[in-house]
Amino acid sequence: MREEWRGFNAGHWTSDVNVRSFIQNNYTPYDGDASFLQGPTDATKELWDEVQGLQKEERAKGGVLDMETKIVSGITAYDAAYITADSKDKEKVVGLQTDKPLKRAFMPYGGIKMAEQACTTYGYTPDPLLHKIFTEYHKTHNQGVFDAYTPEMKKVRHAHILTGLPDTYGRGRIVGDYRRIALYGIDFLIEEKKKDFDNCGDGTMTDDIVRKREEIADQMRALRQMKEMAASYGFDISAPAKNAREAVQWLYFGYLSAIKTQNGAAMSVGRVSTFLDIYINRDIAEGTLTEAEAQELIDHFVMKLRMVKFARIPSYNQLFSGDPVWATLEVAGMGQDGRSMVTKNDYRFLHTLENMGPAPEPNLTVLYTKRLPENFKKYAAKISVTTSSIQYENDDVMRPVWGDDYSICCCVSATQTGKEMQFFGARANLAKCLLYAINGGVDEKLKEQIGPEYKPITSEYLDYDEVCHKYDQMMDWLAGVYVNVLNLIQYMHDKYFYEAAEMALIDTDVRRTFATGIAGFSHVVDSLSAIKYAKVKTIRDEDGLVVDYEVEGDFPKYGNDDDRADEIAVDLLKTFLNKIKKHHTYRDSEPTTSILTITSNVVYGKATGAMPDGRKAGAPLSPGANPSYGAETSGLLASLNSVAKLPYEYALDGISNTQTINPAALGHTEDEQSTTLVRVMDGYFSKGAHHVNVNVFGVEKLKDAMEHPEKPEYANFTIRVSGYAVKFIDLTREQQLDVISRTEHKAL
Amino acid sequence: MAEAIKGAIHSIETFGSVDGPGVRYIVFLKGCNMRCRYCHNPDTWDFHSEDMRTADEILQNAVRYREYWGEDGGITVSGGDPLIQIDFVIDLFEKAKAMGISTCLDTSAQPFTREEPFFSKFNRLIKVTDTVLFDIKEIDDEKHKKLTGQTNKNILDCCKYLSDQGVDMWIRHVLVPGLTDSDEELIETRKFIDTLKTVKKVEILPYHSLGAFKYEKLGIKYTLSDVNAPAQEAVKYAEELLGIR
Repeated sequence: MREEWRGFNAGHWTSDVNVRSFIQNNYTPYDGDASFLQGPTDATKELWDEVQGLQKEERAKGGVLDMETKIVSGITAYDAAYITADSKDKEKVVGLQTDKPLKRAFMPYGGIKMAEQACTTYGYTPDPLLHKIFTEYHKTHNQGVFDAYTPEMKKVRHAHILTGLPDTYGRGRIVGDYRRIALYGIDFLIEEKKKDFDNCGDGTMTDDIVRKREEIADQMRALRQMKEMAASYGFDISAPAKNAREAVQWLYFGYLSAIKTQNGAAMSVGRVSTFLDIYINRDIAEGTLTEAEAQELIDHFVMKLRMVKFARIPSYNQLFSGDPVWATLEVAGMGQDGRSMVTKNDYRFLHTLENMGPAPEPNLTVLYTKRLPENFKKYAAKISVTTSSIQYENDDVMRPVWGDDYSICCCVSATQTGKEMQFFGARANLAKCLLYAINGGVDEKLKEQIGPEYKPITSEYLDYDEVCHKYDQMMDWLAGVYVNVLNLIQYMHDKYFYEAAEMALIDTDVRRTFATGIAGFSHVVDSLSAIKYAKVKTIRDEDGLVVDYEVEGDFPKYGNDDDRADEIAVDLLKTFLNKIKKHHTYRDSEPTTSILTITSNVVYGKATGAMPDGRKAGAPLSPGANPSYGAETSGLLASLNSVAKLPYEYALDGISNTQTINPAALGHTEDEQSTTLVRVMDGYFSKGAHHVNVNVFGVEKLKDAMEHPEKPEYANFTIRVSGYAVKFIDLTREQQLDVISRTEHKAL
Repeated sequence: MAEAIKGAIHSIETFGSVDGPGVRYIVFLKGCNMRCRYCHNPDTWDFHSEDMRTADEILQNAVRYREYWGEDGGITVSGGDPLIQIDFVIDLFEKAKAMGISTCLDTSAQPFTREEPFFSKFNRLIKVTDTVLFDIKEIDDEKHKKLTGQTNKNILDCCKYLSDQGVDMWIRHVLVPGLTDSDEELIETRKFIDTLKTVKKVEILPYHSLGAFKYEKLGIKYTLSDVNAPAQEAVKYAEELLGIR
């Protein structure tokens, strides 16, 4: 064994790249309580004060502190940089995206127009030379996509029946196994890639072999650049990390390389907590690290993750809002052998929310199962009650599919760490699709023929069987055009904006998933239920187009644990995925789907007409798999039960659910509140649900934060929205109102 | 076979965390003889309901939430005063116990009497009741009459009886500023509680006006419009007098 691996138990991992084997052979489960945790060190306090000052300045300047206008971002684009000129020695983990903290890099490969617009929006002027280079000499992803789009694809995009497509920015959602750098060092990883390169093809140069060879070459180049970047900070990462501090640093250099080269919609960190605990344990046993120093290391690492920034255009911010990065990082979960994977380090990561206050990033995710140690469940629930900054995902439904070393690659989607990549595919607006079915493919907002010219429904009252038949046909069409738009986008992304840094840290023989998504889910379910169980009258404009609906009578709604409505929901999900699966998907990827629209539900809703469930034209769609606003009348658990009925196997990309609970509804004391929350999650996840975001506060607090964003207590006031966290004051007013209007569960 | 007894239901709350131990499924029944001036559920006073359900129907629905109850949760019957529909509650609780479900009765005990046929029924009910949430509105009988329109003699008798029978109780007192918060009555209440043997918890429920809008809807005069919720310090002080802290 190598000297750096002293004290570790050997396993497959010593001869092959196999981080899972290393973890399983070496980690120490912890089922004790949180009393060992240490507060922030002076260095942590000083640095965090500094960063908070910069964040304040950033907000005062309209959301951006500084922007690059001359240098194209890349792994080695900048020299070493630190939070302040003299903080180098205080920072236990170093490395910034650019030459200054919070300064946003210039990333033109996704699309030069977007990169330039991001600058000009905030009053910066990009170097005209960059414009010339990326229009005349070098093509971008965005240019490639628009060169190849068909007229129909442009139309569906324009009408917002397909929305949020990654054709103007990075697709993200690829999690490099950054732990590999710490465990093996760069040189070994290059050697392994070199072997793959030598074994790639038998010399017959088919398209896929040529492409693969080029990709491996790009990956090896990225690995060499990582070494160069680390050297500029005074570290040699060619060899494995020798101690915990190096392990965190090596790992972070890998992640930093990813965020210097990609501005994906989600840039996850991955499942690093248990892995790092092994190093920390060894140092503590060897007497070279104290608990306070271990916490400091994690605090400083998390601080860096809180500082990740990308230059975005206003429409992107409206879509995703609050400047999210989805630096998702997981804790807990169970191993295949039945041991809990909770370590002391999982506590340390959650504890950062106490040491440095609540924050939206990293997107801390607890991989939950009822079988986790009670102490840990209680601690996580306590942190939820006090910070609302954690999300929970069901390890019991994900582990059978992805094993026990998966990461969350976006807000909620699982991926096998280091073995898998995902083609992110935004969403299809199934609510709008239902309206197209009724109106024969004519868009109810644009009043243009967007979908195929099928026969519209002409009756005054809607007939359930007729609507279902037409909806099925229209969904067939939409699934087809959707998959093909994505095939085209992913092709161009591979070609012009390849994720060499992340892919260098993933197995060469990579498994690929093709992640489609659904928007407007609950509104379709309730609309179909209204048509089935009540009477729905159509209101037509002068051209005979249905523009509104009148519902006579009551009908069961999704979100009340009423099987009549919930069965429609399950059926809708299955139908959609089956239609997606009919089509060829790029690079033989496995099609999946999701129900996890983020705050984009506001933007999607604007583009969607009135629905038969009573939702008004332009009103926000309900986010993710959440029941519609006001539809839930039977309390929190009934609502959770409805969502839990959606089978995860049909939505392997994720089913997100956001719940805001009044603290008083959880109990009188903080202890009661966290105990109740544990019960709620035990129950919900035992039912087979996939995900829940937990917010614990009253509507009054939201209203006050909306009216008084300047109050210091709201500077870091974090709320969870469908799969990620966001600072409430960073949302647009419209989004704030939307959050406020969502059901708050409280008992009188 | 006799037709199953149906309960007159006001509403169901699937997620109750403060009405009995653990997470509970709460059935609010219709009907109450008390007219507490601060009542936040005046819509449950009336005995009549459109929503009539059998015990089996209720339990079939309740067990959908069993996974959330943990070891100490279960069902709670509240109201109204559930003792108004004692036959239904007996049926519900007997069936619940047969299924291994914890039962909790939230009552102000106004219907209690040692007369028959009520008393035998009551004895049958407490055999299948794990915890009683017992509301002591007011310890002084005269003040109790003014506050609720009813005497408290039989109510305090019920409380003693439950204690003698070994039934676990949570004692609760709604704190209304100027009405139910005098030192004297709180001290007296404490003295009374100290005579009981099965009290597991004593709680102050601070008055709130969130039920006021219901009065307007029902066309009933709300007499406490000038009363505000008690301040946190006042709640704390009352808790001290009741020996909670």
